[in-house]
Amino acid sequence: MHRRTALALLATVPALAGLSRKALAAEWDSTLSAAQGQTVYWHAWGGDPKINDFITWIGEKAFERHGVTLEHVKLASTSDAVARVLAERQAGQTEGGAVDLIWINGENFAAMKAQGLLFGPFAEDLPNWPLVDVTGKPATVTDFTLPTEGFESPWAMAQLVFEYDTERLKIPPQTIDSILQWATENPGRFTYPQPPDYLGTTFLKQVLYGVLPDPAILQSPVDDTTYDAQTAPLWAYLDQLHPVLWRAAKAFPQNEPALGQLLADGEIDISFAFNPGRASAEIAAGNLPDSIRTFVLKGGTIGNASFVAIPFNAAHRAGAMVIANLILDPEVQARAQDPNVLGFQTVLNLQTLAADDRARFDALDLGVATLSPADLGPVLLEPHASWMTRIAQEWSSRYGVAQ
Amino acid sequence: MTGWQSAGLLRLAPPLTLGLMAIPVVAGLSGTAIPALRGGGAALGKLLDWPGLPRAVALSLGTGVASTLLAVALTFLILAAFIGTPRFTRIRRTLAPLLSVPHAAAALGLAFLLAPSGWIARVVSPEITGWTSPPNLLILNDPFGLSLTIGLVAKELPFLLLMALAALPQIDAQRRLTTAATLGYGRIAAFAFTVAPALYRQLRLPVYAVLAYGMTTVDMALILGPTLPPTLSAQITLWMAEASLSMRDTAAAGAMLQFALVLAALAFWRGLEIGAHRAVIATAELSLRATLLDRPAALLAGGASLLITGGLALGLAGLCLWSIAGLWQFPDALPETLTLKTWMTAGPSLTATAAVSLLIAATATLVALVLTLACLQAEATYRLTPGTRALTLLYLPLIVPQIVFLPGLQSLALPLGIDGTPLAVAAAHLVFVLPYVFLSLSGPFRAWDPRIGTTAATCGASDARIFWQLRLPMLTGPILTATAVGLAVSLGQYLPTLLIGGGRIETLTTEAVALSAGGNRRLIGAYAVLQLLLPALAFAAALLVPAILWRNRRGMRVAA
Repeated sequence: MHRRTALALLATVPALAGLSRKALAAEWDSTLSAAQGQTVYWHAWGGDPKINDFITWIGEKAFERHGVTLEHVKLASTSDAVARVLAERQAGQTEGGAVDLIWINGENFAAMKAQGLLFGPFAEDLPNWPLVDVTGKPATVTDFTLPTEGFESPWAMAQLVFEYDTERLKIPPQTIDSILQWATENPGRFTYPQPPDYLGTTFLKQVLYGVLPDPAILQSPVDDTTYDAQTAPLWAYLDQLHPVLWRAAKAFPQNEPALGQLLADGEIDISFAFNPGRASAEIAAGNLPDSIRTFVLKGGTIGNASFVAIPFNAAHRAGAMVIANLILDPEVQARAQDPNVLGFQTVLNLQTLAADDRARFDALDLGVATLSPADLGPVLLEPHASWMTRIAQEWSSRYGVAQ
Repeated sequence: MTGWQSAGLLRLAPPLTLGLMAIPVVAGLSGTAIPALRGGGAALGKLLDWPGLPRAVALSLGTGVASTLLAVALTFLILAAFIGTPRFTRIRRTLAPLLSVPHAAAALGLAFLLAPSGWIARVVSPEITGWTSPPNLLILNDPFGLSLTIGLVAKELPFLLLMALAALPQIDAQRRLTTAATLGYGRIAAFAFTVAPALYRQLRLPVYAVLAYGMTTVDMALILGPTLPPTLSAQITLWMAEASLSMRDTAAAGAMLQFALVLAALAFWRGLEIGAHRAVIATAELSLRATLLDRPAALLAGGASLLITGGLALGLAGLCLWSIAGLWQFPDALPETLTLKTWMTAGPSLTATAAVSLLIAATATLVALVLTLACLQAEATYRLTPGTRALTLLYLPLIVPQIVFLPGLQSLALPLGIDGTPLAVAAAHLVFVLPYVFLSLSGPFRAWDPRIGTTAATCGASDARIFWQLRLPMLTGPILTATAVGLAVSLGQYLPTLLIGGGRIETLTTEAVALSAGGNRRLIGAYAVLQLLLPALAFAAALLVPAILWRNRRGMRVAA
């Protein structure tokens, strides 16, 4: 850490800035040579074959360019990896840990950072870091209002978009209130994943944005004294919505893919996802009919970034940093944004890219169902993580234990 | 080979085996009990404060006991109605592939069949029902756990039937039935009075394992079970997965409660056994021939076995079809297009993963077989009678829910630095494979007619020679069945592979469960086909090899 602070100080002296850049470059060279021949175990959710294929592709690139072998450890839940690192520390294993890199954000990041389970800061030392759009996409350095401080490096932007079938629904509702009205007129044709699922809780937060008189309070931690009064409109909204939900709210889909499957099976008419390109990618893969389109709500929808982090005891730290840097490479980012591959939004600032790199993005056909960056509308920041925990808990005690 | 016997190595086999079973479980249990009790009962308090607890407990008990009762009753009904008929041979042939279906795949297959947007609804819509979009009916994840119970019955019935099939020849069922029939008893009465009591004695431990499994299953409960709240075991898993890590102690307390529940259910079951025992005796004393029962019983048994085999088979066929489906929308009965894309993209990793799974399964099964045979032979040679305590130790890994002791076991493996290797995973699998292998082999082994051995001994054969040249060859069928069971158990392990493998060892099951989190029916279908194929081959061998070997040996044929 001290060396890094020294370098940062050096960089503030204009005459020495060149030297510090050189020092950083030398440091990166030593990282690269240390990484050569390493096998990096990337623990990442394995529930989506498209993402799995993409990670395989990154592995091929990493081996080609840097001699780093990438193993994707497919998780059913990110917290499996968090639990693993925690168990290792409890067992006194402070080096040579099984987890080298974790796909992470939000609560998992907050928990690991608070417990000192992460290595870093490292992200801002990555050679590709200057390409990241930290001003235009503040979510790349603020994870659920928690500053990342270089303990995780972004790799994809996500934003909540709604999906609907134009064959069944001509004009989709465009506000939280009109969704309630539409659901009342079309009972059984809408639902959301059961909290504490991530996407389900995001829907609750989106409702909060829609029903709170002053959504700015979401950026501060929950205040116990005012919490009940503040969230009353949310529960009032859900009390009205639930009787007209799919299965009259007696069962809920368990996660995003399960919700998507309901749309594909024609069980519901409106679905939503955290990936604006998901619908197009699913149409391209033949999983959804090409009559599916997406829409966002007036006033904007919640957006955030996905990150990678390195555990404090990672066995192959250098290799993990090489992967984290490779993921920020314009070629990799452009491939991730291709709806035929993933359809993820890039974290890079396209204005800072070299012309040929920018051309990669310009050449992308975003797909029939994907909204243009302009149509995606404003991105609402994630509320403080305490909101997510609190409303998910209260949801469970209100609706999660049937009478 | 007399060497290892005279050296007394054989005598060490039972304690060694019991140690292999008990130490990991006890170590793991204490690893769970410590966090559960840490903080002076704070975790327990948090658990008791959870408003969903009474219902989750009731669901866990209800689905576990109901599914076991139904599965046992149906097993006996099918055996009673069909033993010795051509239909029985047909049912037997369908068993092996059904047994090897992993739980998660069976559950997903059934879910696709029964859902309002499922295959059945698709076939009859819109022509018969008039539905152009799926009806809003709560069939899966119903609040009473009915679909979970049905799923469990469908999955456990083949297991119990196969265990019964292995035991039937040993109790000379056919002769008992013939004798009863000559006395004028109907099929059902003859079976209930002369075969069922002896058969149940051999089936008892498999039944206990089914009961413990039914109460603590996680993957099936997550797919078919209720969610508001889920069963206790599913909720424990959700707590373990909580990102904030703050619920881990509560999960540990829940796991201890789950353990207590399993013990209580077993005690309750013991009570049922005693009651049933008395009822059978009391009814037998009435000398009812009950011939009128036979027709309706045969109809019921036929209907039930058709529903279950048909349901599972169609569900799996549905998954297979999904693995080659393009766009497949409601209410199309068949996919719009067929494509091999899923198989092509998954092909390379499928092959590698299948090889690793098979290697681990073969290692664990081989060790389990050697240990089991050594134990049983030691028991026979030294006239040891396995005490109840020893038996309890052996079945500990089946009765103590995995979710209770595996995290503790993992923290044991970590400082030793042995986690993350295929060998460590195989060792962890051995803990679960061995009891099943023992379960499936001990009955037939012990029931082997000792007069054969005595005769051989009077002719001058040594114990070793009797073992290698008489007992072992005569037990080919049960040994192959035990091998198939061992392979199937190992191939189906999820939690041990994930935890002890440190996520570095990928098997078909860890891949399939990770995928099922994403609900992708196409890929799940592809993995399920492979997961099903490997053990199915082993089971098919277990049925075919003895049939070929003993084609000229009437006395060695399985009663059928």
